[in-house]
Amino acid sequence: MENFNYHRPATVAAAVAALKKSKDGKFLAGGHTLIPTMKQGLAAPKDVVDLTAIKGFSGIKVSKTAVTIKAGTTHQEVATSKEIKKAIPALAEMAGKIGGVHVRHRGTIGGSIANNDPAADYPSACMGLGATIETNKRKIEADKFFTGMFETALKKDEVITAVHFPIPKKASHQKFPNPASRYAMVGVFLSQNAKGQVRVGVTGAAPCVFRAKDIEAALAKEFSAKAAAGTKVAAKGLLSDMHASADYRAHLISVLAGRAVAAA
Amino acid sequence: MSQSATGVGASVRRKEDLRFITGKGQYTDDINLKDQAYAYFLRSPHAHAKIKSINTAKAAKMPGVAGIFTGQDIADSKLGGLICGWMIHSKDGSAMKAGPHPVLAQGKVRYVGDHVAVIIADTKEQAKAAAAAVQVSYEDLPHVVDASKAMKSKAQIHDVAPDNRVFNWGLGNEESTAAAFKNAAHVTTLNIVNNRLIPNAMEPRAAIGAYDSGTEGYTLYTTSQNPHVARLVISAFHGLAPEHKLRVIAPDVGGGFGSKIFIYAEEVVCVWASKHVGRPVKWTAERTESFLSDAHGRDHHTKAELAVDANGKITGLRVHTIASMGAYLSTFASCVPTYLYATLLSGQYNIPNVYAEVDAVYTNTSPVDAYRGAGRPEATYVVERLVETAARELKLDPAEFRRKNFVTQFPHQTPVIMTYDAGDYGAALDKALQINDYKNFAARKAESAKHGKLRGIGFSAYIEACGIAPSAAVGSLGAGVGLWESAEVRVNPVGSVEILTGSHSHGQGHETTFAQLVSEKLGVDINNVSIVHGDTDKVQFGMGTYGSRSGAVGMHALSKALDRVEAKAKKVAAHCMEASENDIEFKNGTFTVKGTDKKMAFGEVALQAYIAHKPGFEPGLKESAFHDPANFVFPAGVHICEVEVDPETGHTEVAAYTCVDDFGNLINPMIVEGQVQGGIAQGIGQALLEGCSYDDDSGQLLTGSYMDYAMPRARNMPAVENFKLGFTCTPCPTNPMGMKGCGEAGAIGSPPAVINAITNAIGVREIAMPATPLTVWQAMQASGAKKAAE
Repeated sequence: MENFNYHRPATVAAAVAALKKSKDGKFLAGGHTLIPTMKQGLAAPKDVVDLTAIKGFSGIKVSKTAVTIKAGTTHQEVATSKEIKKAIPALAEMAGKIGGVHVRHRGTIGGSIANNDPAADYPSACMGLGATIETNKRKIEADKFFTGMFETALKKDEVITAVHFPIPKKASHQKFPNPASRYAMVGVFLSQNAKGQVRVGVTGAAPCVFRAKDIEAALAKEFSAKAAAGTKVAAKGLLSDMHASADYRAHLISVLAGRAVAAA
Repeated sequence: MSQSATGVGASVRRKEDLRFITGKGQYTDDINLKDQAYAYFLRSPHAHAKIKSINTAKAAKMPGVAGIFTGQDIADSKLGGLICGWMIHSKDGSAMKAGPHPVLAQGKVRYVGDHVAVIIADTKEQAKAAAAAVQVSYEDLPHVVDASKAMKSKAQIHDVAPDNRVFNWGLGNEESTAAAFKNAAHVTTLNIVNNRLIPNAMEPRAAIGAYDSGTEGYTLYTTSQNPHVARLVISAFHGLAPEHKLRVIAPDVGGGFGSKIFIYAEEVVCVWASKHVGRPVKWTAERTESFLSDAHGRDHHTKAELAVDANGKITGLRVHTIASMGAYLSTFASCVPTYLYATLLSGQYNIPNVYAEVDAVYTNTSPVDAYRGAGRPEATYVVERLVETAARELKLDPAEFRRKNFVTQFPHQTPVIMTYDAGDYGAALDKALQINDYKNFAARKAESAKHGKLRGIGFSAYIEACGIAPSAAVGSLGAGVGLWESAEVRVNPVGSVEILTGSHSHGQGHETTFAQLVSEKLGVDINNVSIVHGDTDKVQFGMGTYGSRSGAVGMHALSKALDRVEAKAKKVAAHCMEASENDIEFKNGTFTVKGTDKKMAFGEVALQAYIAHKPGFEPGLKESAFHDPANFVFPAGVHICEVEVDPETGHTEVAAYTCVDDFGNLINPMIVEGQVQGGIAQGIGQALLEGCSYDDDSGQLLTGSYMDYAMPRARNMPAVENFKLGFTCTPCPTNPMGMKGCGEAGAIGSPPAVINAITNAIGVREIAMPATPLTVWQAMQASGAKKAAE
């Protein structure tokens, strides 16, 4: 690992200022992606700006209609939150399936979303629940936030501060892990709101998280496991590697969507 | 039968574990010598390339750099290359084609990870930074990574082997086997790949070389399963120093599975370089280096055939195997696909005709050598896949088809060298069927179906040969070493006992089991026994630990030495109690004079042996023994695996697992069970998860980290209540403990049981290992498509 300057600001403004000052700086919100890539020499930022000491940067708030999770909240806090378990149990379950227990105590929701790893779990929850991502500058709908592989709508000096999840009528998260890494080979986060609208967020299957619109359409007509599982997903554009072909991933999306409906 | 509560047969808790689990173990990387420098190996990024030039000028000026060496420096100092210690002759009588294996590449690199240069600096980081500044100019050459394509490839890896073939070897009677196939009522043919595996010991390899200019001697601390063999090879073949000027210490070693038997470039270079830089040189592998450069295992491509007569009797077995050796011949690579493989192709069965032909080939991959089971898992996989498939094709119960063909008379001479000494294969099968509750399998299958799962059952009746021996026999087959073991028993004046053994524990629990034998024979509490191993300056010589040999061979040597201690102690006791030596009896740690109430405790006799106040005997109580066994030992058993396959995703769960082993007498049943469970975990890993993969186009290792190389986890094992072990016992007749080996059996027996269960569950004939969800799903898709077309 190359040497770097470590910053630990107490406010979002100071964090942004530190990053702006650096030629080649990176925010650190948990470090479970950044630190390994730095160790492997794949990233070598001159400045690392640790966001985890910012006051009021973590916490959970649940209203009648939404769950708000501040950006620095760890996966463990979400997984074990009694309020979230009551409001959106699938979200707590999903957080409990991320990595191992050590990872869950360090990794944060803001870090996960900002990184937008193609196999990360939180992006599927954002898409599947129709979340709004709040930054120090604005609010961005999930549908417009995740723009590509490791790409988001975030500007360089923009920091995620919170994520707002509307509380659905029902929801479920289904994850089929990669046999080696245990990241999602395919992960499906499905919800139905009080108006009957269905959202299906899919991770692990493509370069970027996406909504399975064909399955959503089928479920809008008939909200049944059979309708979801019976909808064939096109393999075009999906990832293909030694662990799963695009065909297999397409197939798993339908299977997991069916299971999600059954479990929701 | 046991003399003491801590003797043979007691499930004593492992003495060494407190040290290990509290972080007090002393592994090579825990050792730091004064003034030590750190080595970093610059490795080839190419599968096969000519080295046009290496420029180290810029790197040499980097901070902290103490020395940079390349293949040229190695050649200039006439340092010998790595050797392969087992000569194999081809069918045409020619010697195997061993290409040069310099410790740093000379002229060209032959696999991704091959050693190009070593950079030595004050810190590891400085060495690594300097390595990035070494400029190497390569010219790519054609490469081949797939063993099945090696002989037809335009890549030529070694000049001595134009078609990349190391040898074309045969064993058995080709003509009689051909006749058996001609006359067979049924022939089963399978094309089998035994997948390539990466060993993944928990402790990565490490080495520290230290030269002492005062004594002109070297010390090597290394992660070795056999430090004496390392010293012999480094001395005799690399020519670094005579044996008495080279001390090799293998301290605590965290797992080996075979991969730490071999002599590697890194340890030789660290020793050699320590003199050149005038400082101790330390190297510890990063995990990526372990993936790239530890000797891998398996990688067999086999056409296998089984001939059966009209009565359901197996009449012949024939294989043609292409075995990858990787880019160089590792220390024992050549014996794995030959004498450790083909000699077990008769399995537990009375097969009159067996013929094996093996082409060993070079590929542009990491060297391939022994890995837990070494040759025997490959043989068992071939035999047990064939037998299970034949039973299904003949519509015979797979258990009964096996029983019908079992060897029942002992000793049994197979057509492929081995003489099985003792066994009762039917007893193990009966016990396994009973533990598994075989007769109710249909009910369990129906229950699984209710939950939408396809349940399947698979058998494997394995046999293995371990405690590899005798020296004369292996010598006649090409081994460069003898395969005996040594032990020394030092009794201290207070009656405590130190055992020096040539066996080496790297997880097996010798500090406990060897002490149990001492406890058994001398009546000493195991806490008064210490085991010394892994240091060539302490233990005179030994052959180390691999091939499940420490019990059957190492403890046999110890048993012999303990008998000598007892004889000497009786002499001392006779003098002290003024009795005839013949009247001395020894039981439960006490010497008595027959027909009297005179007695002396073992400790009192030890003290008298050292104070020597009574004249008439040579002072001291220390004896040693070398032991060369009369035969291999032959553990055997039956595995029954039940899987549940999710038909929608192809995901496989091991729903139940039964394993019954005959290891003869057990020293410590708890440790034996642990060995079996660990072996089965590795076997399930091979069957379901682990698959080393190189990219055909680039020659790069695709599974170079845990992101892509899937290791078995606790959750891949069957639930505790469904993971059942049992034992039968036919004592081994060639050692006084009556014991066989247990270290590899689990890994040998399990892969075919798992694969037989999956093929049964989804109704296909063949499926490749590892049977990942993708592989199983694709097999179901293909068979569904086939059925639909029929």
